[in-house]
Amino acid sequence: MGKAAAELPQSKIGAPKMIRVDGRGNGNSLIQVRGLSKTYRRGGEEIQVLQRLNLDVDKGDFVGFMGPSGSGKTTLLNLLGGLDVPTQGSITVAGDEITHMSASKLTQWRARHVGFIFQMYNLIPVLTAFQNVELPLLLTKLSKSERRKHVETALSVVGLPDRMNHYPRQLSGGQEQRVAIARAIVADPTFLLCDEPTGDLDRKSADEIMSLIHRLVKEYGKTVLMVTHDPVVAKQADLTLHLEKGLLVEGGPQRQEVAAGGVA
Amino acid sequence: MKFSGLIFANLFRKKVRLLLTIGSFAVALFLFAFLAVVKSAFSRGTEVAGADRLVIASRVGLMQTLPISYDDKIAAIPGVKAVTHNHWFGGVYQDEKNFFVQFVIDPENMRKVMNEFVVPDDQWANFEKDRQGAVVGVKTAKRFGWKIGDRIPIKNSLYGPTKTWEFNLDGIYHNDRPGGDENQFWIQWKYFDENVPAGVKSTAGWYVLKLDNPDDAARVAKSIDNMFANSTYETKTETESAFAAGFVKQFGNIEFLIESIGMVVFFTLLLVTGNTMAISVRERISELGVLKAIGYSDRSVLFFVLAESLVIALIGGVLGLGLALVAVPVLGAALNGLLPSLVLSPAILSLGLLVALLVGGISGLLPGIGAMRMRVVNALRRV
Repeated sequence: MGKAAAELPQSKIGAPKMIRVDGRGNGNSLIQVRGLSKTYRRGGEEIQVLQRLNLDVDKGDFVGFMGPSGSGKTTLLNLLGGLDVPTQGSITVAGDEITHMSASKLTQWRARHVGFIFQMYNLIPVLTAFQNVELPLLLTKLSKSERRKHVETALSVVGLPDRMNHYPRQLSGGQEQRVAIARAIVADPTFLLCDEPTGDLDRKSADEIMSLIHRLVKEYGKTVLMVTHDPVVAKQADLTLHLEKGLLVEGGPQRQEVAAGGVA
Repeated sequence: MKFSGLIFANLFRKKVRLLLTIGSFAVALFLFAFLAVVKSAFSRGTEVAGADRLVIASRVGLMQTLPISYDDKIAAIPGVKAVTHNHWFGGVYQDEKNFFVQFVIDPENMRKVMNEFVVPDDQWANFEKDRQGAVVGVKTAKRFGWKIGDRIPIKNSLYGPTKTWEFNLDGIYHNDRPGGDENQFWIQWKYFDENVPAGVKSTAGWYVLKLDNPDDAARVAKSIDNMFANSTYETKTETESAFAAGFVKQFGNIEFLIESIGMVVFFTLLLVTGNTMAISVRERISELGVLKAIGYSDRSVLFFVLAESLVIALIGGVLGLGLALVAVPVLGAALNGLLPSLVLSPAILSLGLLVALLVGGISGLLPGIGAMRMRVVNALRRV
């Protein structure tokens, strides 16, 4: 992992914060990852995707993960989102250690704490934008009118209050991703996980989506962890960490920019 | 229910497939109902048979007649309350397709033994006095628009050269047992006996007796068969329900046949629906993965798949059974006389609905369990 202590200043969100990847965080971080490893067995071969990662992310951080294909970005995101379980190590989110939760507990935890934004939007094609956004709320005890209020608010935040009765096929790619973002934020999760959120969009739509994510961080104080392999998109994160061969490494292009005086 | 929007939206995802699957259910349930109705029609004779009645036929078979002299001998056996005898007439009214059962009866004792058949006394008295008289069930009378006083020509070729027998309609009977037969046509034995060839004269097709006490059935049956043992005309005496069941068996093992077809229909439907549900689930693995990712439990996913399958089954089942409700009376009318009355009972409808839901549940279960066990990470990879 290069130098043991990699303390990277965050320049974009208020006072500079420290994203630590050395496992020596202050214990108050929103997300604490310790010694995280993930190994897959394919045939008779063991493939180590992640190797003893440490990470501390504070509330309101916007962290990007870059790296070549197969470097473990999506695996890391899956582990952080409780979609997969690590081979070793622990993940603690807002005081809850998720690595030892049962599958059903983990499902409940995801519903409460994680908002997912996928590359392919993953909207349910037979549901309207409203119904898609409402999906996470159906798991809550909110009344129908309360759900409607939340959905309308979420769709307003993403700029699509007039598209709530449209089906995904009636929306552009950028609009679909906005709906997906509305679905991710509607239940007010603890943090958002974005897996290549602009990967399927043209540059203009990608910029719009990134500015929306930025707004979620700045105006609403959301914590965002984003995987991308697009350097232009990665630049918009407050800090980008690089994954190479299962290791979080410092000194990637973003690191150098941060060191040189912050991200534009 | 707050998830109904999601369930119905998924149901209508592929409208043609949905229609075809519902159609499969409807056709299968219609067939099920029809088979059940036919099966019940065949077994109804057994169900409505009197527990206190015995039927005495030739040991050789129903085609072999018995001497009329047996009448008094049977009546003399202790425990026998009354005896009557019947003959098969087997004529044709106007056209072969106008089939209905015609029996040669013994008016003197008929009502003492078969007391479920209700004929107004004045009509019965006329019938007894009229050698060419006839009594008909209300359904057959309605079918042909017959009324008292009509002259009914029946062509017969069973007894000698083909000739037309003419009868006067003296009475119309009802059956006071639910589901009992109201299609028969009765003529007098004396008139029949006068007009049949010598070989058939002074014979009865079979006897029916009424017991003083149903508990005596075995003893009386044994006494009768022993009495005529080693004679030219040995008898076989059995309860009326056993006789009715044996009569049905002459058509072959109807019950087995119908049950076999029913099972084939059931399993075919199971395979068709199971396959449809499996395809439906496979097509949206990633969507189910997303649902799980955002917090829907494994059980919720299983519930969604099962609910879709059950809704299809319910709609298809109701449609099929509804169709049967309309069609069975029509088919029954078309088959009038060839089969006993076709009745689509509430029990058959309930059973049909249960079968539909069972098939729906089983066919949704396997794909549902697959979806339930599916790992989110693998599902999302299939986007």
